[in-house]
Amino acid sequence: MNFVTPEIAWAPLTPILIVLGTAAVAILIEAFIKSPATRRTVQLTVTIGALLVALGFVIVQWVGLDGSAGDVVMTGKITVDAQSLAWQAMLLVFGILGALLFAARTSDGEDAFTPLGSVPPGSTKERLARRAGLKVTEVFPLLLFAVGGMMLFTCITDLIFLFVALELFSLPLYIMVALARRRRLLSQEAALKYFLLGAFSSAIYLFGAALVYGATTQIDLESIGIAIDFIPNRDGMLLAGAVMVVAGLMFKIGAAPFHSWVPDVYQGAPTPVTAFMGAATKAAATAALVRVMYLAFYPLEWELSWMFWAVAITSMIIGTLAALVQTDIKRMLAYSAVAHAGFILVAFAGLTPEALVALPFYLLTYGLATIGAFAIITQVRERAEDGGIGAEAVRLGQWAGLGKRSPFLAGAMALFLLSFAGIPLTAGFIGKFEVFSAAIAGGAWPLVLVAVIASMVAAFFYVRLIVLMFFTDAPEGADEAIAVETETLTRVVIGITAAAIVILGILPSGVLNIFESAAHLLVSAG
Amino acid sequence: MFPYLTVLIALPAVGAAALWALPASARSKARQIALGVTVIEFALFAVMALQFDKADAGAIQFSETYSWIPQIGASWALGVSGIGLLMVGLAAILVPLAMMSGWRDETDATRIRNYMALVLLSQAFMVGIFAARDVFLFYVLFEAMLVPLYFLIGGFGGAQRRYAAVKFLLYSLVGGLIMLVAVVALYFVGPGGEQAFLIDNLTGIEMSATTERLLFLGFFIAFAIKAPMVPLHTWLPTVAEEAPPSTTALLVAVLDKIGTFGMITLCLVMFPNASQWAAPVIIVFAVISVIYGALLAIGQKNMLRLVAFTSVSHFGVMILGIFVFQPTAMEGAALYMFNHGLSTAALFFLVGFLIKRTGSAELSTYGGLQRVVPIFAGSFLIVGMSAAALPGLSPFVSEIMVFIGAYPVAKVAVIVSAISVVLAALYILLTYKKVFTGPEVPSLAGTKDLSLREKLAVWPLIIAMLVLGFVPGLAIDYVSAPSADAVAHVQLEEANA
Repeated sequence: MNFVTPEIAWAPLTPILIVLGTAAVAILIEAFIKSPATRRTVQLTVTIGALLVALGFVIVQWVGLDGSAGDVVMTGKITVDAQSLAWQAMLLVFGILGALLFAARTSDGEDAFTPLGSVPPGSTKERLARRAGLKVTEVFPLLLFAVGGMMLFTCITDLIFLFVALELFSLPLYIMVALARRRRLLSQEAALKYFLLGAFSSAIYLFGAALVYGATTQIDLESIGIAIDFIPNRDGMLLAGAVMVVAGLMFKIGAAPFHSWVPDVYQGAPTPVTAFMGAATKAAATAALVRVMYLAFYPLEWELSWMFWAVAITSMIIGTLAALVQTDIKRMLAYSAVAHAGFILVAFAGLTPEALVALPFYLLTYGLATIGAFAIITQVRERAEDGGIGAEAVRLGQWAGLGKRSPFLAGAMALFLLSFAGIPLTAGFIGKFEVFSAAIAGGAWPLVLVAVIASMVAAFFYVRLIVLMFFTDAPEGADEAIAVETETLTRVVIGITAAAIVILGILPSGVLNIFESAAHLLVSAG
Repeated sequence: MFPYLTVLIALPAVGAAALWALPASARSKARQIALGVTVIEFALFAVMALQFDKADAGAIQFSETYSWIPQIGASWALGVSGIGLLMVGLAAILVPLAMMSGWRDETDATRIRNYMALVLLSQAFMVGIFAARDVFLFYVLFEAMLVPLYFLIGGFGGAQRRYAAVKFLLYSLVGGLIMLVAVVALYFVGPGGEQAFLIDNLTGIEMSATTERLLFLGFFIAFAIKAPMVPLHTWLPTVAEEAPPSTTALLVAVLDKIGTFGMITLCLVMFPNASQWAAPVIIVFAVISVIYGALLAIGQKNMLRLVAFTSVSHFGVMILGIFVFQPTAMEGAALYMFNHGLSTAALFFLVGFLIKRTGSAELSTYGGLQRVVPIFAGSFLIVGMSAAALPGLSPFVSEIMVFIGAYPVAKVAVIVSAISVVLAALYILLTYKKVFTGPEVPSLAGTKDLSLREKLAVWPLIIAMLVLGFVPGLAIDYVSAPSADAVAHVQLEEANA
């Protein structure tokens, strides 16, 4: 067997290479700049700079497409088409907003990350590290690796490459989850859980990919799609493989019953990390699922539809019902994320062309609202015993009366919640409308009805928080949450996301146009 | 041509934004600014109404159509027929009066500012909904309106206001989300394309009987919740009891009309066959609403709940008038939508004034007020009799038109419903008797009579009802052509079928 060096057209990968290359450089910065304060500034500048430059390149590429479908980077393996460019741009935006949140500090100079990740929680060493003013600025290169991996994830057309990219963005996330400054045990537990379950799901994915390869003797998506047509009777190995591959991706989307990591990780991770991964992981995994379904498994649409229906319905039901009974705001939003994963899967019904517009739009609106909502959570703090700024006030009761103390934060939070609930004139409504349209176009009436019922129940817990913030007075003498005198960076993020939610809710045409022209997947092999 | 409708929507919305942007020092002037905005709004409406071509009242006038979200077929399309014009008028008239009636409900400057801004925002939505000529736009405004209303009910009112606000929101959301499915499906049933949701493009489309019926139900349930039709009415008494009376007045007098308005302009127009199909059942529920609402009104001890139940009864009459598909009955229903707005708003205002004076909405705490506050008592009696459809006051005209128009085709329904006229006299007169006659309650001795502000809020409505009671033609001219068109449209479809 001859080994032929593959031809790779590197140019279309420029944005990804910039992000990953900068990540490597950023690690060197860690080694060479000693002063934590300087290092933070440099890292933040470099990170945001790299993401912006990459975004610029994505836009240039987009304009350069000029109606053509895109470029094949490596035949059958990597394709940069309009669809993937749209996802990449979205991920870069999430990355930029995430980096801003990572860098935000409270008025007494604390960021969200532990000063030294390697020391045991509560130990003397930890106190020493804190006193010495150490900072874990590695989160910035980790963020870059994650964003780069996710971007790569959206343009891969090969089951093995997909696995590599999956691990590339997952590993940095596992580490970031473990780095919370407060409640470190919870954070480390979350990271371990995420890592173990993530490894488990990767294994399932890999096993599935092997079975698909066994059944079709093909590993790139398009060839699989073609080969499936030639397999008589849709044999069991193929189906089992396809189900396992899809399940591996659904794990990353956070759909039930693959959701058990979601609440713990959302709760335990440093909130800026939750914000970023809540938005970006879902988007990247959805992008990959789109490619897998539309390129490879479309002949199995009918056979796999039971799975999509079952998982979508389970996610919506479990997500909404569990969110109803949560008392921790991060866990509540985590279960709401599970319900949203269900809504996302609704759009896959029938694999309609409409879904190729609906999904990116939905993920964009959901991601922006998620980042905004978690950014607000970082700002609502408890009063520490010494009168300073304490941990985040995550118990729902602590949010009572926030509307009076901080109309800006409470108003923005209400806006994000309304967007989650899909109330018109917010972006969430247009997203929901698009998803429902796609599902009805795919003939999935009953699924849409379930989604509607889930939306009604979900509205109840979103509204409950609004009631708490605006109509409930904080009980006298209780440890009422205080709204921190905010870091500008977080305010900027909240402002940007809130404005985007309103604009996308009232005038979504421009963005819909972009996604509409991106609604084609480039077919290369033929 | 001047885009009247867009400006009528934008003006209060901008006003609301301006109030929120107001510096703290100027906040004490929020009421004056808000009232000023609504007066300008009313003036603008008056100018528009004068240009309305009465001779062609059935046609959509002041049309504006702009592309909004072409990807999903939504347009910014506005326009009013005679019925729409009256409804927009109702919003333009009642909002400033409601503001005056609730002028002193709040004392804290920030809360006053918030209240006024939310009322302005609701006005923008009301006008938008009555003027919308695009189903998507209609739906968006219909749902988005819940947000300011939710804050109005939940933020200002009685002890149980939060419960009332959540109940209101959940009921409305249930209706709204069912309607959402129907709206999405309509895109695929209709012609599609960039103007898929224009009502004109959705008129007379071919679809299977089952599809039409399901879609009809999707819309109708939402409207029946809004219009409170038994058995979907239970949110209204709760909200009426807890929300400030000036808010409830707007809610019942204007916003709930969206239900009946939607039935006429959307259900009948887009789903004529399904409307025919469902009519018998709907008429039964309408008659039940008429009688049940009236009976419960008699049994109420709380005046706000009482007025709410009278409205359930009156909405039943309107729905009956719509679904018998007779020109006169339809005219009566459309006219009733307007007249009931005047009458109910006045009633809620007056009850609100009474509660403001004594702090109690319970009938049992009152007695003998006639001699203490004679002007108040007289105003209350006139407004009350308008609710009981006394001849000479405008609601009488519309109610009698519904009954006469419906009689040839729905004799039993009309005969049963007509009992409500007697019941109405009962609940109004019993209330009057309890509150204003009999031995004076000593604690009420010093009660003040209507102030100038309160007269300014209520008397214009009384005058309007008297004028329209004696010269009903003034309003009928606006509704007869569109009503006849709606009925003809439904019957034509029946003939074709």
